[in-house]
Amino acid sequence: MTTSTVTAPASAKTARKAAAPDPARRRLRRRLAQWGFVAPAVVFMLLFFGYPLVRNIVMSFQHYTPKTFFTGEAPFNGTDNWSSVFQDVLFGKALWHTLVFTAGSLLGQFCIGLALAVFFNRRFPLNGVLRSLILLPWLVPMVVSGIVWRRILDQDTGVLNTFLDTVGLGGQTPWLTSPDMALLSVILVNVWIGIPFNMVILYGGLQEIPKELYEASALDGASAWRTFRSVTLPLLKPVITVVLVLGFMSTVKILDLILALTDGGPADATQTLGTLTYQNSFVELDFGAGAVVGNVLIVISAVFAVFYLRANRTEGK
Amino acid sequence: MAADTPTASRRRWGSTVAGVLVLGVMLFPLYWMLNTALQPESGLLQVDPVPGGLDLSGFSKALSDQGGHLLTSLLVSFGAVAICLAVSAPAAYGLARFGLRGSRTMVFGTLITQMVPGIVIANALYNSYVDLGLVNSYFGLMLADASLGIPFSIVLMRSFMVSIPGEVLEAAEIDGAGPVRVFLRVVLPMSRNSLITSGLFAFLFAWSDFMFALTLNTTDDVKPVTLGIYQYIGAHVGDWGSVMAASVLSAVPAAILLVLAQKYIAAGIAGGSVK
Repeated sequence: MTTSTVTAPASAKTARKAAAPDPARRRLRRRLAQWGFVAPAVVFMLLFFGYPLVRNIVMSFQHYTPKTFFTGEAPFNGTDNWSSVFQDVLFGKALWHTLVFTAGSLLGQFCIGLALAVFFNRRFPLNGVLRSLILLPWLVPMVVSGIVWRRILDQDTGVLNTFLDTVGLGGQTPWLTSPDMALLSVILVNVWIGIPFNMVILYGGLQEIPKELYEASALDGASAWRTFRSVTLPLLKPVITVVLVLGFMSTVKILDLILALTDGGPADATQTLGTLTYQNSFVELDFGAGAVVGNVLIVISAVFAVFYLRANRTEGK
Repeated sequence: MAADTPTASRRRWGSTVAGVLVLGVMLFPLYWMLNTALQPESGLLQVDPVPGGLDLSGFSKALSDQGGHLLTSLLVSFGAVAICLAVSAPAAYGLARFGLRGSRTMVFGTLITQMVPGIVIANALYNSYVDLGLVNSYFGLMLADASLGIPFSIVLMRSFMVSIPGEVLEAAEIDGAGPVRVFLRVVLPMSRNSLITSGLFAFLFAWSDFMFALTLNTTDDVKPVTLGIYQYIGAHVGDWGSVMAASVLSAVPAAILLVLAQKYIAAGIAGGSVK
C-alpha cells in the first residue's frame, strides 16, 4: 500500500519528463523509489511495535471497564491505575515470580545447553543426526508442549510420578497442584523448552573457535577444565551474551507456557507479569491495569537492554 | 587421528551411546504425546509405556473436533508468511543496498522490536482492532502473526543480500532495468535460500502463535489449532487421548514443511552468517 503511494508519483513523473532529463530530479526520483522499498516495513513496525508502546502508556492513565467497549468511553483517571496495581499484593508476587522464573530458566537452559554444546563439539559417530533430532521439540507449538507436560506431571496418573514410584523415589509429588512446587515445575519445563536453542547457538560459537588453540593448549599440558576456562569461555563470550540476552527477552514475557501448564495457579503461585497483564486486560477487562503491568514489563526489558548495550560498547573499545 | 586404536574407537561409540540417552530424555515428552494419543481408551487412568495396538480413534476424534481449526491455522499462517515476505524482502534489500540515511537506525530498531513483550502489543492492538473492526477476522490475525516474523526476516535476508556481488546488480542496471525490476528479476532469485528460510520461520512463528489468537478473538469464528487445543483441555479433561492426538496433528504441517525446505534452510542460514 505504502509502496504505491511513494512510487506512483515517481513513475507518473517519468512520463512527463522523459523529454527533459534533469539530473537533480532524477536523483530525487531514484531516492523516492529506494525509500519505497523500505517504507512498508517501517510503517508496519511503527504500527505493530511503536504504536502499542505509546498506546499502552496512554491506556495506563485511562479507566477501562467492561462497558467501555459498548460506550467507547475510557475517561482519564490520573494515576489511579498505577496506585491500585502497586498496592495489589498480587503485583508484588507476580514481579517476584517473574524474576525467579527468568533467573531459574536462564540458569538451567544455559548450563545444560552449554554442556550439550561442548559434548556435541566432540567427534563421534551419529553426532550430526543426534544433534538435529534434539531440535524436534521446536515443531510443537509452545502452548501444546505445555499441555503435554501438564499430562506428564499429573500427580496421580502422570508418567513422571509413576516412574518415580517404580524406582522407589516417592511418586506422589504434586508438581503442578501445590503452590510450593508449581513455580519450580514451570521453570523445569521451560528449561526443557530452552535447551535446544541454547545448545544450537552455543555449538555454532564453539565451531568458530580455531582448533589450533586447543592443540596449543594441549601442548602446554593444560587440563580439560583449564582449557575450557582459559580458551573456550573467553572466546565464546560474544555468543554467550547473545544467547543470554535473547533468552532473557523471551523468558521475561512468558505467557503461553504458564497458561497451558497452570493458568497462573494454584493460588496465584505461578502468576507472572505476563499472565497478570493478560488477566487484568482480557479476563477482567480492566485494560488500564493491564497496561500498567505491561509498562512495568517493558521497563524491565529496557533496563536490561541498556545494560546489554553498555556492556557491548565497553567490550568493543 | 589417522589410525583409530580400539580404545579410541570404543570411547567414541561411548559418546554416541551417551548422546542417544540425552536425546531420549529430551524427546521423551514427544514420545509420550504420541503414545498417549494411541491409547485413547486410557482416559484419566495411567497410560501404558507402549501402546498395546494401533488405536486411531483418538486421531479420528481429534480430526473431527480440530480439523477445522487446523485449516484455520494453515490459512492464517500462509497469509502471515505472504505478508511477512512482501513487507520484509524489499526492506531487507533496501537496507542492504541503498545506503539510505537512517539505515543503521532502522536495523537497530528492528532488533529493538524483539524487546517489546507480545502481551503488551496485544493489549494495545485489541483496542485498535475493536475500532477498526479487525477483531475476529482472518486478516487481522494474519497481520498480527506477520509481525512475529518480520523483524527476524528483515535481519536474516539483509545479511544475505549484503553479500550479493555489486557488479551483478550494476550490470542489470546498465541493461536498463529499474530498481523494482532489478529486485524482482535478479535479487529475489539470487536470495532464494534466505527467502525460503525466512518464510519457514515466519510460518513456524505464526503457526505456534497462541497469544494473538487468544487475545484478538472473542468468538469461535477464527480459531487456530493452538487455541483449539487449549480450550479442548478445559472441556475434555478426561479425554487426554484425543487432546494428545490433536497435539500430534498440530506438529505435522511444520514437520512436512521442514523436510521439504531442509536443504534451502541450511544454505540460507550459512549464507546469511558469512557477513
